Amino acid sequence: MKKIPSSEITPESIYLSRRRFMGTVGALAGSALLPSGLWAADNYEELRKELTPLKAITNYNNFYEFSTKKEEVAPLSQGFRTSPWSVKVGGHVSKPTTFDIDDLRKRFPQEERIYRLRCVEGWSMVIPWMGLPLAAFLKVVEPTPKAKYVRFETLQDWKQMPGQKSSWYSWPYVEGLRLDEAMNDLAILATGLYGNPLPPQNGAPIRLVVPWKYGFKSIKSIVKIDLVGSMPNSLWMQAAPNEYGFYANVNPAVDHPRWSQSSERRIGEFFRRKTLPFNGYAEQVAHLYAGMDLRRNF
Amino acid sequence: MDWLKRTWLPILTHVGALLPLAMLIWNFFHDQLTANPIQYITFRTGKTALVLLVLTLACTPLNTVFGLRQVVSLRKSLGLYAFLYATLHFLTFVGLDYQFDPELLKEGIFKKRYALVGFSAFLALLPLAITSTKGWMRRLGKNWKRLHRLIYLAAFLAVIHFVWLVKSDVREPLAYGAVVVVLLALRLKTIRRTLVNLRERLANRRRGYNRVAFPEDLN
Repeated sequence: MKKIPSSEITPESIYLSRRRFMGTVGALAGSALLPSGLWAADNYEELRKELTPLKAITNYNNFYEFSTKKEEVAPLSQGFRTSPWSVKVGGHVSKPTTFDIDDLRKRFPQEERIYRLRCVEGWSMVIPWMGLPLAAFLKVVEPTPKAKYVRFETLQDWKQMPGQKSSWYSWPYVEGLRLDEAMNDLAILATGLYGNPLPPQNGAPIRLVVPWKYGFKSIKSIVKIDLVGSMPNSLWMQAAPNEYGFYANVNPAVDHPRWSQSSERRIGEFFRRKTLPFNGYAEQVAHLYAGMDLRRNF
Repeated sequence: MDWLKRTWLPILTHVGALLPLAMLIWNFFHDQLTANPIQYITFRTGKTALVLLVLTLACTPLNTVFGLRQVVSLRKSLGLYAFLYATLHFLTFVGLDYQFDPELLKEGIFKKRYALVGFSAFLALLPLAITSTKGWMRRLGKNWKRLHRLIYLAAFLAVIHFVWLVKSDVREPLAYGAVVVVLLALRLKTIRRTLVNLRERLANRRRGYNRVAFPEDLN
């Protein structure tokens, strides 16, 4: 049995030091010296007060497989078949496995994760996901040392997903993470929302959620996960390489030709909010990019 | 009945041009402006402004080429309605979306090329709306017509604004662009003459004549 190289896993020490940091910052928070987002990242009770209503989460969706209009995704996706469903995991792994979605749900305990979601289009939500840590999932298939990246793929079925008839995009939807990003504790495979199974418009039956990156990285309705040696070429990197990079970390300092990235509108709020680096999760993920020029690696 | 015959087209114009605004207000009170109402209002007012701008541009060719004289009198109202929606669009963006925040606006307007051309289109429409009255027409004389050619600039800027706003599928904005190009082409003397000749010839043939007409008012 091959072990995952220790460099690929978030070291426990960092995890623990983060906890300690959160404790310290939490204690300081009463002085209101810090923007709330900075320490609320791990504080679900704080975020719970800001939850976006279910109606907005399930009726305002970017899911181009159904429609490029956010309001049309929900009605168009209602007949979407999510059972039977399997997720095929392969590539540089010791144990290539095809998971049935029901087995997968039983095998991995689901936990609630309340995360901010920041869309590259300048709007944001706070969503209570149910899901499993991606790291735990990947450990089961045992990535080999050759595995450097994780490549995710959405179902391709234009009969069910009419948006895939459009030739403006290279279907199927592909997204990717560096292995150490995928192993970060924040990354989850979500299967539920507000305590219920994911509705089709939110990426049923299983999707990625990486809250420190722009929403399009959190690929929906996954059927295939491959551990690969080189950087996957995502759908958006192909569609507009000057606008969408591989990393797509939420970064108020990196401008976009169309949308303000320094501020955002939280759905349901009137005033704009300042966008936080890494969407407020810098403490958990900034170390992943130490020494990298994030303006270049946008 | 005679009254209706004379007024149905202006009435239709006013009702048609105010309907998008009425629908927006209706949708607002019925919570039908999506989860992101400010952005949705921005889209809707912008799209309506563009459609009305194209319709404004269509009035003159419809008269000179197709002989639909009655549409000429609609041009002014359509143009002013286009300006109304462009103003609502601009105010929604600046006021509702960016709350007149100078820092955000500096980034929102001057650092985004799409916003810059959109803003320019609005600025091009502004003098046209101001000088749309009979008084200004008289005062400006020949220059009035020259000034009002700015509407083509505004239309092209609005189309570019739209093209730069879409993520990838540029078919819709380019369709508007194509219509503007055709409408501009219809004003070129040679194209206009050819089309008028063709129309006259067809009309005469229907009447049993073979003579080609060159109406005097087409210089």
